[in-house]
Amino acid sequence: MSAGHDPAAPAGRVDAVIVGGGIHGCTLALFLARGGMSVALVERGPLCREASGTNAGTLTMQMTRVALIPYALAGHAMWANARAWLGHDVGTVVCDGLSLAFTQREAEILTYRAGRRCEAGAPIELISPAQARTIEPGLSTHPILAAHCPVDGYASAYQTGRAYRRALLEAGVTLYEGLAASDIEPASGGHAVRLADGRRIVGTRLALCGGVWLEPMLGWLGVHLPIKVLVNQVAVTERMPPVMRTVIGIASGLLSLKQFANGSVVIGGGWQGIGDRERGGEALRPEALVGNVRLACHAIPAMRSGRLVRAWAGLEAETADAMPAVGPVPGVDNAFVCGSVHSGYTSGLYIARLLAERMLGREPALPLFPIDRLLDRGPGTAAAAE
Amino acid sequence: MSADGALPAAPRAVEAAVIGAGPAGASAAVVLAEAGCDVLVIDEAPRPGGRIWCAPPPALDGGRPSAEAAAGDSLRDPLGDRLAASRAALLADTVVWSVGRIEGAPGGAAGGAPGGAAPEDARPRFRIDVLTPEGPVAVVARSLLVAIGTTERVIPFPGWTTPGVVGLAATTQLLKNQGMAPGRRVAVAGAGPLLASVAAGVLETGAEVAAVADIAGPGDWLAALPALAREPRRAARGAARGAGWWMACLRRGVRPAFRTGVVAAEGGDRLEAVVLGPVDRAGAPVAGAPTRRVACDALAVGHGLAPATEITRLMRARHVFDRDLGGWYPRTDHQGRTTVPGLYVAGDAAGVRGAAFATLAGAGTGLAMARDLAAAGAPPPAPAREGPVWRAMSRLTRQRPAMSAAISPQTVVCRCEGVTRAEIDAAVDDGAHDINQLKHFTRCGMGPCQGRICGDVAAELLALRLADGMADIDAARRRVGQWTGRSPLRPVPLDAMIGAFTYDDIPVPDPAPL
Repeated sequence: MSAGHDPAAPAGRVDAVIVGGGIHGCTLALFLARGGMSVALVERGPLCREASGTNAGTLTMQMTRVALIPYALAGHAMWANARAWLGHDVGTVVCDGLSLAFTQREAEILTYRAGRRCEAGAPIELISPAQARTIEPGLSTHPILAAHCPVDGYASAYQTGRAYRRALLEAGVTLYEGLAASDIEPASGGHAVRLADGRRIVGTRLALCGGVWLEPMLGWLGVHLPIKVLVNQVAVTERMPPVMRTVIGIASGLLSLKQFANGSVVIGGGWQGIGDRERGGEALRPEALVGNVRLACHAIPAMRSGRLVRAWAGLEAETADAMPAVGPVPGVDNAFVCGSVHSGYTSGLYIARLLAERMLGREPALPLFPIDRLLDRGPGTAAAAE
Repeated sequence: MSADGALPAAPRAVEAAVIGAGPAGASAAVVLAEAGCDVLVIDEAPRPGGRIWCAPPPALDGGRPSAEAAAGDSLRDPLGDRLAASRAALLADTVVWSVGRIEGAPGGAAGGAPGGAAPEDARPRFRIDVLTPEGPVAVVARSLLVAIGTTERVIPFPGWTTPGVVGLAATTQLLKNQGMAPGRRVAVAGAGPLLASVAAGVLETGAEVAAVADIAGPGDWLAALPALAREPRRAARGAARGAGWWMACLRRGVRPAFRTGVVAAEGGDRLEAVVLGPVDRAGAPVAGAPTRRVACDALAVGHGLAPATEITRLMRARHVFDRDLGGWYPRTDHQGRTTVPGLYVAGDAAGVRGAAFATLAGAGTGLAMARDLAAAGAPPPAPAREGPVWRAMSRLTRQRPAMSAAISPQTVVCRCEGVTRAEIDAAVDDGAHDINQLKHFTRCGMGPCQGRICGDVAAELLALRLADGMADIDAARRRVGQWTGRSPLRPVPLDAMIGAFTYDDIPVPDPAPL
């Protein structure tokens, strides 16, 4: 990449420039490049090292919002076949998933939620605790009801950066890693992304895929989209003998639990740590960690014999209505946004692929989630299909 | 939380918490207590003294006291007085698993120049979660001193994970704490003054010393002389102890082999022999040179000490890299203030200079903490001055890039996760250019030790690949960076962490949106 001697000179001119190298930005870049476009991807750090690399990796229908179930089913299939279309392994395991209820109130929540998700196409069925224990022999005697879904599983989030990096280079995407975008300005026939080192990349099309940083990124275009920042704690045990074979959650959605092939158990569920957009996931709340681990051990008692070896907090982006921000940026030609998919690891790949279809001038198979609803009528309104 | 739950209803509140009861931490605690501060010292060991003045368990305490044990007693005694007077309390046998800043606490986030606490605000800044023999305890403190010493560095060689291969510094613990050698016939290898100390200590237990292999040559030791000459009294004390160790070795016919390193450790389930061979000035094995096989059942090997930075990394204090002082350590002013308000570091954790300096620095930092807390009885601190002797001694055990460069492709670097040098090089080929990206690419550093053992070597291997020539190696280390600090600081048994509870004790958050 030759920048010449003039730091203001374009570093390159491409069909599409993507800002943000998580699974949204990487998937979008990959399918645009495979669709014939020249693509540049700008990421201030290494690829997939924020939310996309630090989440618990759960791929489940039982924590997915009802309106996203069709997207999550397609996304789950993409994760399951990653080796085929991405070309590299991200450690995906497909297995049974159980969502548990320990109290009468949770049983009511579970019954209602499982029913709604089932109507939306998720193959979830309510089962008795005894049936649940045949599916998950490690289960405690505490659940009074369970919901079973055979379309569940997990990926190794930490493996995604390396896999995508290889795939993007193979697809001919130009990577600008370790370089923050600092501004976007209009350029003839496109958008110029200014990099921290002063260089500019001009893209006919622009896509912002910056997760919790979408709010400041859209600000460069004069668009104000409030993005709430969740600080999700995740913890992992040392390698243990097998204690479970499914993905376990609870009715409220605040637990995710699974044992990886190497024996370590990853405990998540979105218990909140300390941090923000500027500081990242700065610190854990020890009392929240204890609560999260108690919940895990309440479900799988054999975990008590393990040791916790590492815990961290990663950021998750959420819009005012907790529905995705995916589609064109209103009032700015050829500018797009992709992010804020609630519990979005399962469906995020597919939703980014849909946006790639749209940017390639084709009709996406399912509707996008334009952000007009969040700009015009304020928070709290239902998602509008494109 | 319920009264019988794992977490007490109210954390224990103190003005100053000190993590580590070694020379630095204990000295600071004594000073803080004498200045009238409410201070709590936390240590993993059952008794104060740290690694260097590691006390034998009471049952073994009847033996004759060594110089180290005597020095330890002089530190422990005043600390015991403070305990009796409820001035300085000790939480012994206690593992710290989490340290964090309390949200909304005074002082703002890390960054900028090192600065002290704002004395007018008495709210606690830090929360420390520990596991005591009686169960979990939370401590909150206005001011926190991290005096946790060092982590031993071993540059891997084939067979270094064979049972029977132990750390050089670890062997000193075995010798001091249990009065036992790691084997019946022990090879001693590595760098620095610990070689002679361990060899003499092994002989004292009645075990045999099979060989002593020193990476350094006589020239390296002589190079330290100018520094020693500038502080003759201190140098003389050190030299006398060193000479004593060597005399003990020579009397038994044990001579050091200079410029010699471990080529390999042999044996399956148990160490059977080590292969020793010559190394060049940089510490790299001399290719094609004859080696010798030495039968032994234990190998004590160590290549220096690195400041233990797990807590200061977790707290996001700013760190600096100085190879001569052990590598990365938190940036401090002369009184031990880090870039995080209210957080202090003293002793080897602030750059390896040894126990004598740690004692002085700990006392100075204790005074500074007392003054920053506006304690009425605190006299003005006199900064501890770094003597050239300490730096010269530390330099003998600095990490030598050529040693990491010589690690063979199939040698395991991260022993927790079984990551080899070849896998690390492949990750660099795949674009890994900082230590945390390497962790994601390979799992290097993801195991129970959280990269404490392999971190220095993994970072050096990255830096060797990414440096623009050897002159750039330290700059490359700075670019490669350090592991992100993560809780828990030590593996925590889940059972002990969560205690007895009922479902009602779990503050399950409100349901996520449907």
